[in-house]
Amino acid sequence: MSKVKKKVIKIDLEKCNGCRACEVICSAFHAKPQYSSNNPARSRIRIVRDPLRDIYLPVYAGEYTKAECSGKDKYVIEGKEYSECDFCRASCPSRDLFKEPDSGLPLKCDMCEDDPEQKEPMCVQWCLSDCLTYEEIEEEAEEKIKLEDVEIGLESLVDKYGFQKVMDAAARMTKKD
Amino acid sequence: MRYAETGYNLEIDLSRGNIERVETDPKWTELYLGGLGTNAKILWDRVPPETEPFSPDNLLIFSTGLLCGTPAVGSNRTIVSTFSPQTQLMAYSMMGGFFAPELKYAGYDKVIFRGKSPNLVYVWINNAKVEIRDASHLRGKGAVETQELIRKELKDPNAQVAAIGLAGENRVFYASIEQGRSSASRQGIGAVMGDKGLKAIAVRGTKDINVARPTEFLELCNEVLKYIQWRNENPIKNVEPIFQGLGSPQEMAIIDEKWHTTGFMWGNARTRRKDFWNKEAEEQWKQTQESVRTRLISCYNCPMKCGALISVPGISNYMMKCYTKLTYTMAAMSDLEFGFRIAQRATEYGVDGYSTPQVIAFALELYEAGILTDQDMPGMPTGTEERFYWLLDRIVRREGIGDVLANGTHWAAKAIGKGAEAYAHNNIKKHEQLPLKLGMLNPVYFLMYCTGEKINITQIEGQFPQEPFAAKEQREEFVKDWLQVPDEKFKQYFLDWDPRGEHSNPYYPTIQATCEIVDWMERMHYIDDALGVCAGLSSFPLKPPYHMHNYPSFISSGAGIAMDEAGLTQVARRNRTLIRAVNIRKGMRRADEKPPEDHWRKRFPELEEKLLDEYYKFKGWDHQGIPTKASLRELDLAYVADDLEQRGIIRNEQG
Ligand code: SF4
Ligand code: SF4
Ligand code: SF4
Ligand code: SF4
Repeated sequence: MSKVKKKVIKIDLEKCNGCRACEVICSAFHAKPQYSSNNPARSRIRIVRDPLRDIYLPVYAGEYTKAECSGKDKYVIEGKEYSECDFCRASCPSRDLFKEPDSGLPLKCDMCEDDPEQKEPMCVQWCLSDCLTYEEIEEEAEEKIKLEDVEIGLESLVDKYGFQKVMDAAARMTKKD
Repeated sequence: MRYAETGYNLEIDLSRGNIERVETDPKWTELYLGGLGTNAKILWDRVPPETEPFSPDNLLIFSTGLLCGTPAVGSNRTIVSTFSPQTQLMAYSMMGGFFAPELKYAGYDKVIFRGKSPNLVYVWINNAKVEIRDASHLRGKGAVETQELIRKELKDPNAQVAAIGLAGENRVFYASIEQGRSSASRQGIGAVMGDKGLKAIAVRGTKDINVARPTEFLELCNEVLKYIQWRNENPIKNVEPIFQGLGSPQEMAIIDEKWHTTGFMWGNARTRRKDFWNKEAEEQWKQTQESVRTRLISCYNCPMKCGALISVPGISNYMMKCYTKLTYTMAAMSDLEFGFRIAQRATEYGVDGYSTPQVIAFALELYEAGILTDQDMPGMPTGTEERFYWLLDRIVRREGIGDVLANGTHWAAKAIGKGAEAYAHNNIKKHEQLPLKLGMLNPVYFLMYCTGEKINITQIEGQFPQEPFAAKEQREEFVKDWLQVPDEKFKQYFLDWDPRGEHSNPYYPTIQATCEIVDWMERMHYIDDALGVCAGLSSFPLKPPYHMHNYPSFISSGAGIAMDEAGLTQVARRNRTLIRAVNIRKGMRRADEKPPEDHWRKRFPELEEKLLDEYYKFKGWDHQGIPTKASLRELDLAYVADDLEQRGIIRNEQG
């Protein structure tokens, strides 16, 4: 069993002051040439904010998704209502978050692995209130490989038979159990 | 390519419903930088002095500063400029928050309104798409409520909205413009907005802002951030808590209010309560503040979180910053709980937190004195707190006595007569000031109060400590890392400044040193107001991260304009002189340049005259405070000199 380093950004919602410095620096860091421009609409972290209801939720851009979810649940946390999408990292057709404003191409947080390699992600460096902190944790590597195996396998099945057929087959298998 | 700025203004004629996007002249940026500087230029060029503030020909300008929208920390100011119905002079009020950067991302440096809309409207700026929309359904709605309703209506939670409340709609002379956690409150610019039939502006932008030399610019930003962090960990010693840190006064964070409550005046700026702050008061106020303060919040791209979300049980949430926390409390001789409660209603109405409580306390004093009677105040309740609500409601509706009071203490006193003028005692140039009454004349403050074009001390002062330090060693420690001084001599002025004796107020700092200190302080403010950087990180607190030595590089690497300290000093002088000229053309003269009569108990008429004389000379102004032809020419303001000469304001013999 080997161990791998995993990069984790911890988000402490209590400490967010809503300044959006994280958005500023992320978009500047990823500008070409680097820092030549900035535009929060291009940031890979966005603050979902509703100041009068005390909602400040930093969300990182994750995977691109082709279709939006059908059901959207609501969460109530300490009296504040969030939609499921508020927590979601997807660059999704249901919203304009995590998309290049002109081309609509999806954006994804890359942990600032662009060059030059940073000691900490830029958004963390610019978050002086410690809402965002960075840690590297060690994780067992095998499980991750297994997951990836399954994913690769599934992907190939999907490629071969199409998504719907695979899903149907999986549904039938679950029913048999 | 234009750097830091977009190079475009929006021109909106509300009478004709016409919207134009106009490219600006880059030469203007070199001369005036942007923000307040270019606002003043536009007002000079386009609003002749005969224009009444409530004329359709008056302009209302919402401007970003040159650095707004760049990664420069804390550059988020919206500089709103027009002519004030209260002072009849140029008004420029600024707000932080999120509006200016959003406007930049939408592709504009300024929005310039002229004309008057026949119906109440709001403007929606969504990148290139700009529309004037009906706002009749928003009539009478609160300023905070309106922002929410518009965001819902536009289905854009990220739109930034600046709105007026009932006070602005009814042209109350101290109506504010509210925006998120911020407001542009002073000098009645909300009234001009209401007069134009403009309920709100909503803006959303998703375009880039470019900087000229990216790596260098970002390095400077990182240095500022590092310094802020260091300053936050190393508060300044030997000063009151309010002076220790950065930011606009940290009223939302600070509980200890000894300095304000025992040093500032209560009621109609008259009663000092030296013993007010005791253990019991502290306990009670701490409890109140902590129970209503939900979260400390920042403006765009700034870590200082000077504002707060306030949630008082039973009324809707609102946001607050700065000294409004105490103004209602102290004017009503009440407690903090009352202050937080009434401020919610006042914020929805959209009124200035400095002037409003003073106007109400003034009215109540007139009532006590029998100058205002039951006939003027039919149905007024008996308790002071209830009376505050009652009068506030009437003022913003201009009902009965409220209609008179809505013009501020100066104009109200004139209208009421019967000796009421003596009760409007805390004004400069017809505008209500901080309720502060002191003993010994401070020459530096004397000049700032008299001559500051902003007519508001907190937006003129900063940099140089308000009082001398008692011990020599304390002073030596203070100057050790005082890197912000533009010249080493300022350290000596401070080292030599004693609380008592030969080297103390009012004769020390010397007249020359006083002029230089004032010049430094206002210079920093004029630079901030052109760049759109919050004074809380620059001109206002002691030892700020932005100063004369790093600003030139911010401008050259950010905007691509060659700039050094001498050049920047020249721009600040130009802007300061231009605004002075605007006001001179409006009729302002030496006789208007006075502090509130009773601001200091000990006055020195001869010295005061000398201070004004020398300061005017230092600035290149004549005996009346009018810029001379030569000094205007030297500042590339020959067109101002010509105009003033044509009008006979500058006399030929001046040279
Ligand atoms: S920088 Fe930190 S405090 Fe500011 S909005 Fe981002 S997460 Fe919140
Ligand atoms: S944003 Fe996320 S949760 Fe919302 S619809 Fe899209 S994928 Fe589903
Ligand atoms: S980790 Fe880097 S890429 Fe990801 S959001 Fe933060 S700044 Fe952007
Ligand atoms: S210092 Fe305070 S008021 Fe100024 S920009 Fe920062 S948070 Fe806003």
